[in-house]
Order: sequence, then C-alpha cells, then structure tokens
Amino acid sequence: MVDAPAALATSPFTGKEVLLSMRGLRAGFATDDGFVRAVDGVSFDVARGEVLAIVGESGSGKSVTAMAILDLQPTLEIAEGEILWKGRDLLAMSENARRAVRGKEIAMIFQDPLTALNPVHTVGRQIGEMARIHEGLDRQQARARAVEMLDLVGIPEARKRADMYPHEFSGGMRQRAMIAMAISCKPDLLIADEPTTALDVTVQAQVLEVLLDIKDEIDSAIILITHDLGVVAGLADRVMVMYAGRAIETGTTHEIFYETRHPYTLGLLASLPRLDDVGDEPLVPIVGSPPSLIRKPSGCSFHPRCRFARVPGNCETDDPALRLVAGDAHQAACHYAEELAGVTVESLRTAVDVTEPERDVGLPFDRAVVEDGAVVEDVAVAEAAAHPGVTDRAEGQVDQWPATGQGPDDGEGNR
Amino acid sequence: MTSFIIRRLLLIVPTVFVALSFLFLIFFALPGDPANLIAGGAERNIDPGVIERINERYGLDEPMTTQFVKYWQRTLQWDLGDSFLTRRSVNETLGQRAPNSIRLAFWAIVIEIVVGISVGMVSAIRRYSIGDRFTTIVTAAASAIPVFVLGLVLQWMFAVQPNKHDWPEWARLRTSGIGPDSWAFFVIPTGEQWRYLILPAITLASVTTALLARMTRGSMLEVLRADYMRTARSKGLRERDVVMRHGLRNALLPVVTLIGLDFGTAIGAAVLTETTFSWPGIGSQIVDSVTARDLPVILGLTLVVVLAYTVVNLIVDISYAWVDPRIRLGKGGQS
Amino acid sequence: MTLTDQATAGGAAVAPESTDIADLGTARPLRADVWRRFRRNRLAIVGLGFVVLLILVALFAPWIAPYSITDRASGQFRQPPSADHWFGTDNIGRDMFSRVVHGARVSLRIGISATVISLVIGLALGAMSGFFGGTTDTLLMRLTDVFLAIPYIILAVAIASVVGRSENSVILILGLTGWLFIARIVRASFLSLKRLEYVEAATALGFSRTRIMFRHILPNALQPIIVYGTIAIGSVILAEAALSFVGVGPQEPTPAWGAMVAQGRGSLSNAPHILFFPGAAIFLTVLAFVFVGDGLRDALDPKLK
Repeated sequence: MVDAPAALATSPFTGKEVLLSMRGLRAGFATDDGFVRAVDGVSFDVARGEVLAIVGESGSGKSVTAMAILDLQPTLEIAEGEILWKGRDLLAMSENARRAVRGKEIAMIFQDPLTALNPVHTVGRQIGEMARIHEGLDRQQARARAVEMLDLVGIPEARKRADMYPHEFSGGMRQRAMIAMAISCKPDLLIADEPTTALDVTVQAQVLEVLLDIKDEIDSAIILITHDLGVVAGLADRVMVMYAGRAIETGTTHEIFYETRHPYTLGLLASLPRLDDVGDEPLVPIVGSPPSLIRKPSGCSFHPRCRFARVPGNCETDDPALRLVAGDAHQAACHYAEELAGVTVESLRTAVDVTEPERDVGLPFDRAVVEDGAVVEDVAVAEAAAHPGVTDRAEGQVDQWPATGQGPDDGEGNR
Repeated sequence: MTSFIIRRLLLIVPTVFVALSFLFLIFFALPGDPANLIAGGAERNIDPGVIERINERYGLDEPMTTQFVKYWQRTLQWDLGDSFLTRRSVNETLGQRAPNSIRLAFWAIVIEIVVGISVGMVSAIRRYSIGDRFTTIVTAAASAIPVFVLGLVLQWMFAVQPNKHDWPEWARLRTSGIGPDSWAFFVIPTGEQWRYLILPAITLASVTTALLARMTRGSMLEVLRADYMRTARSKGLRERDVVMRHGLRNALLPVVTLIGLDFGTAIGAAVLTETTFSWPGIGSQIVDSVTARDLPVILGLTLVVVLAYTVVNLIVDISYAWVDPRIRLGKGGQS
Repeated sequence: MTLTDQATAGGAAVAPESTDIADLGTARPLRADVWRRFRRNRLAIVGLGFVVLLILVALFAPWIAPYSITDRASGQFRQPPSADHWFGTDNIGRDMFSRVVHGARVSLRIGISATVISLVIGLALGAMSGFFGGTTDTLLMRLTDVFLAIPYIILAVAIASVVGRSENSVILILGLTGWLFIARIVRASFLSLKRLEYVEAATALGFSRTRIMFRHILPNALQPIIVYGTIAIGSVILAEAALSFVGVGPQEPTPAWGAMVAQGRGSLSNAPHILFFPGAAIFLTVLAFVFVGDGLRDALDPKLK
C-alpha cells in the first residue's frame, strides 16, 4: 500500500534499515499562559530490530514525542521538523495515508491498560479490531487472530479469555492483552509508553520479557518511553535522555549507564537505588523540579539544578548543543561533557554529602535504609526552599496534556 | 446478573408499600374530615346528614386501621375504588385513559432519544462551535420554560396563527383534544390524528430532550478524553468509528441511569402537557379530579403512576446493568 | 522509586496547598477568586442582573405597580398592551403589569422560603446519613427512595388537593418535597469528605464528632449545596407555577404567575398577552436562577462540572 522509496538508510548499530527518523521536531501546545514547547528540536533514528529507550521525567517531552509520531494528540501543534517513516514524511501525509500506518505499521502500547482498554467490549474484540480494519478480516477470522495473539503473549486459555472483559483481567494480563492488541498486525514499530509503570514489580519483568520476545518474533523495532532506568537497563539497545523537551544525551545503553557524559543523566543514575547497593550509600537527589516549558531558563535548561554548573559562566548564558563526545555516536549536550569522563555514580555519591550530620551518625543499619527516603525528601525540600527561583519556575511546569487537564472551561456537568 | 435483578425486585416491595401507605395517609388521615372534603370542602357549611351518609357509604367512620387494611385488600386485588362523583370505577377510567398517556409518552420518548442523544453527541464532538453554544442556550431555555407555557405558545403559533392568517391546510395543527383517536399498531397515528399529536408530543418531549442532550454532551465530553478513545485512534480507526464504536456506548451508560431518575420530571411534564392540550390521559384526569376533589380517583391514578415510575426505574436499572459488562458479570470494576 | 518521583514528592510538600486544619473552616482567600471566575461567565452575570432586578421589583412592587392587583378597569376586559396598561388587562379587567409585578413577590417568597425549608431538612438528614452511616444511613436513604418513588408534582398535587390552597401551604408542600436531592448531595459530599486526610487527622486529634461535622466537613460540603440551592429556587418557582396552573396554588386574588397563565388559556386566540407576560416572567426568572447556579458551580469548583 505504501510505496517504498528506493533505498532506506541502514543503521550503523544494527546494520538493518532505519524505519523511523525524526528530524528536528519542534512541537507544543498553545495555552492561556503561552506556548508550551513540549518538544524542542528532537532528532533520532530507530532501525529494525532495535530498542530505543527515551528516558526523562514527566514533562520532559518524551510522551509528546511519541504522540507526535502517531498524531494522537489533537491539540499538539507541530511547528517544525519532519518524521520520516520508511523514508516518507508522516507529517506531510494525508489523514487517510497516516491512518493506514497507524496500528498496521506503527502500533502503540499505552501506560495504563485498565483505562486504555474499552470497558464495554471484550478483550478479543478489541484485539481483533485492528486486523479487521487493516486486513479486512471478518468477525470469525478476527477472533481467531485475537486468540492467536493472546496465546502469543502467554495468556493461558486464550480462547476463553478472548470473550472476557478488561475488568476480568488482572493488571499484568491486561498489559499483555494490550501488547497482543498492538502486535496483532505485526507492526514494524512498537511504541511502548511506560508499559510497566502501572504494574506490580513482579509482573513488570514478565511483561518486559513478553515484549522482547515478541519483538524478535515479528522483527520489529521498539521505542520504549519510560522514566524508569531499571527498565531501560534490561531492555534497551540505545538510550535517549530527554530534559525540558530536548535530547540531552544519547548513546548505547552501556555508554549511558557507565560512561555518562551529562550531569542530568548522572543525577538520574545517582538517585536510583541499585541492587548492588549495600544500604549505606546515600541516594543523591536532583534538587528542584523540571523547568517551565513556556519560559525556559537561560543558557542550559538544566543549569539551575546542576551540581556542576558554572554560575556565573557559560552554563547560564550559552545553550549547549548536542554534540559527539565519545565513541561513534555518544552525544551529550553539556559544555563540560569531557570533564565528566572521570565522574561515576559512586564518586558522585561519595562526594556529595546529602545527609545532615546528626542523621549521618550512629543510625543502625536498617534504620538508615528506612530513613533514606525521608532524608532524600527533606533535602529536596530544604534545597528547594533555598532556591526559591527553582520552585517558582516549577509551578509553570506543564506535564499534562492540555486537553485532559481541568481547564476552567472544561467539561459540562451531568447535572 | 440474576441476583442483581432479584435484589432489585425485592427492594421494590417495601418502597411501594411505604409510598402507597403514605398516599393513603395523606388522603384519608391527614384531612381532619375527609367526608367534609368529599362533600365540597371545608369552606362551605354542609348538612351534617350529608356528611354522615358519606361516612357510612365510604366506610370513613370506621377506625383508621380498618380502613387501612381494607385499602390494602382492595389495592392488592387491583380494585382502585370508585369515583365519588361519577361512581364509575377507577379501573375503568384507567383503562380508558392509560392508552392515551402511553401513546403520547411513546412519541415524546422517540423525540427525546432521537433529538436529545444526537444533539448532545454533535455538541460534544463540535465543542465550542456555534452549534454547540446554541445548543447550550436552547437546552437551558427548554429546561426553564414551564411546560404549560411552551405548550400554549406552540398552540398559539401553530394552531391559532394558521387559522387567523389562512395558512395552507397542511400547516394547520390542532390546539387540543385527542381528535379522531385513530391509531394503527396502537401508537401509529392514522389519518388526521397527527395534527393532534404533534404539538403535545413536542411539548412533553421538550424538558427531557433538553436534559438528555445536556447529559449526553457532558458524558460524551468525558468519554472523548478517555484513554481507550486514544487507543482506538492508535489502531487506525476512522474518527467516526472511534466515536460510534468506542465512544457512544460508554457515553450512554451514565445517561441511562439519569433517564430513569428524570422519569419523575417527565411524569410531571406529562400531567401539565395533558392538561394544557386537554389530552385525555391519566395526567389530565388527575388534575380534573383534583379540581373536583374526587379523592378515590386521585389516589387510584396516583397509585398507578407510582407503580409505573417504579417499574420504569427497575427496567432502567436492569438495562443499565445489562449494557455495562462490569455490572452484568457480577463484580464491579477493580477501580 | 526513582529520583524523579521523590523530587516531585518533595516539591509537593512545599506547594501552597499544604493543609492546615485550623484553616479549613474559612474559605475567605478563595472568595475573590470565585467572584473573578464568576464574572467571566457572561450568562451568569446576566442571570445575576435579572435576579437582582427581580428582587428590587418584588421589594418595591407597591410603588412600581400603577394599579392595585384587584382593581378592575370597568369594561376593559382583555385589552391588549397600551400606554395605560403596559401589559394589557386580564379577563376581568385587572392591570396585568401590576399583577405581574406583584407576582414577583409571590414567586420569590415561595421560591426562597420553600428552598430554605428543603435545605434545612436536606442538610440535617443528609449530614446525619453521611456522617453516622450504618443503620441511620440505610433508614434515611430508604426514606428518600420512597419519596422519590412518588413523582414530585404528583405528590405536590396530591397534598395540595387535601391541605388546601394558600401561599403557606404551597411553601410547605414544596419545602417538604424538595429536600430529597439535597439530602443525597449532602450525604455524598459527607461520605467523600469523611475519608479525607484532614478529617481523619481531626479525628486523630480527638476533636468531637459534632465539631468535626460542623467545623471541618460542613464548610466543605457547602459548595455543591450552594449551587443546588440556587438552581432549586428556580425549580421551586417553576413547580409553584405548575401548581398554580393546575389550580392548587395560592387562591385568587393572589397574583401567582402560573394562575395568570391558566387564566389566559381560554383567550389564546383573542388575547394571547394574558398568558405571554406572566409566562415570560416565569421563564426568565427560572432561567436566571439556572444561569446563576451554573455560573456558581463553575466558579466554585471547576472540577465539579
């Protein structure tokens, strides 16, 4: 249906063709307070067979990036850039052509399977629906496809389960059903938006495993959107870290985790408890909150929260571009990326004394663990109070879709 | 589902019992002297002999408990009593009047559902459009205008004016009465019947249509924001199919319960509409009997209305449970 | 789990919404905000303007009305509007304008008094039901079920036909039948508020149940009640008009708008003004209260919509 262009670029990482190529995308939302620059010049490639993780806090623009690909956010305004799908610009396509891509070639797995599945239709019907639209299957064939897909994602008694409703499924099963739905037309690209966030920790691993198996089974690519670095470590080939609508570091998973070249990434890693922690390592928080996307800080957007920022200095005045900092494709957007070469999570944790002296001494081992969260929170609060500018700006933070937010003119009462 | 229906049915019994007993108390215990009321009211001086005869005739001099038991005996045998005025049995009156009320209600409901739901849907989908704003104002107006005023204004516009200004014959409607009373399949008007039906049906439908449009709009707006609608879009469905296949049913779920609750409003509107258009239904009969102080007729017909109301709500609840798999399958959603 | 979550959690702790139990009774800082939002709603402002006008007309009716409500202009039956009689005259030659102006008094008096009665009963029963729960709740809710099983207007007509037709009996009838929804709304807000943290905190601090009910829950349950109460005044006026129309409202010569419309019914073809003016008065009054209520709802709590 979609006429393929002559030759697709191949990825330097996998040697397979590049499926999706985002080029300098700028997009955002018009609000009463100004234009929210949710995505501010983001470029990346995804090749067949590859898992790209997009990591960031809420409000970093990672979900908006995904929505832009499928055009699922009616209020999103795309200002600039192109999204090339197999060489053709999605943004220039007609609505009909885009719809043919949606679901069939690019499918989406949503965060909360309970709300993302329609409560009044059976799971089987919702899974089979995609094949009915795109492949013209009839009711029976669609049901058969649904059963097949449920089976594929490891749901026992798929035949029976297909006739059940979402509320009869457990959380993990629902997410499997969601995956079954997404893969039912064997798409080339799966976009998974926080696929495990709504699940229990024990179920998370199972669901991720299903996702990876499926990827190999249907030879697709995955864009994994998450704030959970733990999920990234186990799943992704490459990582793009986003902050305030920008990509601030990209590289292989190994590079991002062990050769970090951006203070924000480093901060994310240092704040993450790790399995090999013995318990007395302090978690180092990133102080403050993400900046307003309407009025971003001058210079580097991260400088108000950065431990390494040179203020006054160019961190405050010059916006660092994403540039090659090491290896073939390890890029970071920091003026002093090279100087971070020697800094590891461990050294950061030892260097920064986050605990107050009286809390630091004499606490029994397990108590310290229990206290960890509290300590971290207290410090965050204290420092936020010490940098009022940071929290002030944070109030303008927009991490909700305008359309789903509770605007003053929103909705109409039932009574 | 079955246990739900049984539970719901069992709930009706005490409700209806208390409600009907309450009505009995209002009519026969509350007035110091019902016989006096029957004879013409407290304002006039009535010959004590007349009062005595009335008491005797209707058993009003018996102790309240005896009267109460008799009332229930009669009610359970579906004997609604006899009119004080015409001596005709209320059952007979009911048999004559009820079909007319049902016919009028049927057409009002048809208008309500067709117009209310489609206007509400379009309004939600084209939110903030001129049509939506217009709808918002019209629905507010329709719920604020008294039914009888609307009915009379419609009569003036479509029945009085055409005759005054010699409008073409097809544009002339009738102000009141049921006309030739000719129906096919019980509800389909035949011949000239539609000229008598159309205005009261629109009048009766106005309030509930406005309510339904408002409810549908609100509910649909909520549904349009739902995650599963985004999921449906992500599958590559046409926007129309997204709305019709995934939106409509979810949007109508809460609307269904509210239709039941607003049936009370609809009954009130029916009483006023029938009165305004002299439509010979139950509602206009109740009003006539109130004017004539014909207590047994008021009580008997009110009883019927209460039962109808209860049954409609029962049907609404059951169909709601049936449409929503979360209830049909016996457990609530997990969140 | 990750830093981002904790950072936002920490951020929330310094956010201005931190709840101070002592503050809960007073919503004063919000008042200016409510008015600002209310003012932005054009329909609500128009509605409020009309309600204010109506109150003024009702207060100064004897000075505004050119004639008495019982004066009959001899031989001038069913006169169309003129310079002498702005709204024309009725079936027996009384000045319609004067009667409509005085009718505002009747409607507002009945609307407000009956609503107050409904509010008092509804608040008391709803609060008890929601706060104490258990058997009290079950019994009271069954009671509202029973009353809800009798359609409002039927119940009102039934009672009116027995207790007689005066302004006071109409007030009582509408007041005694109008509390059902209020009780339900109050109960629902009590149920949801009871579980909120600050109420649990107040319980933990050992405040008495009555104190918690009146100082901590009631002020917060008031918002939906204010909204509903405003709209209810309109509904009561509408119901009063309906009762008057079917002939069980206040008796002649009380200038009830509904009764005036009923009187105009017979002269539809030759004197439609007799029903148009009181009809329009009812319509505009009810509409104004609906607009004000809607505006209040949106202004008090944008989420409530």
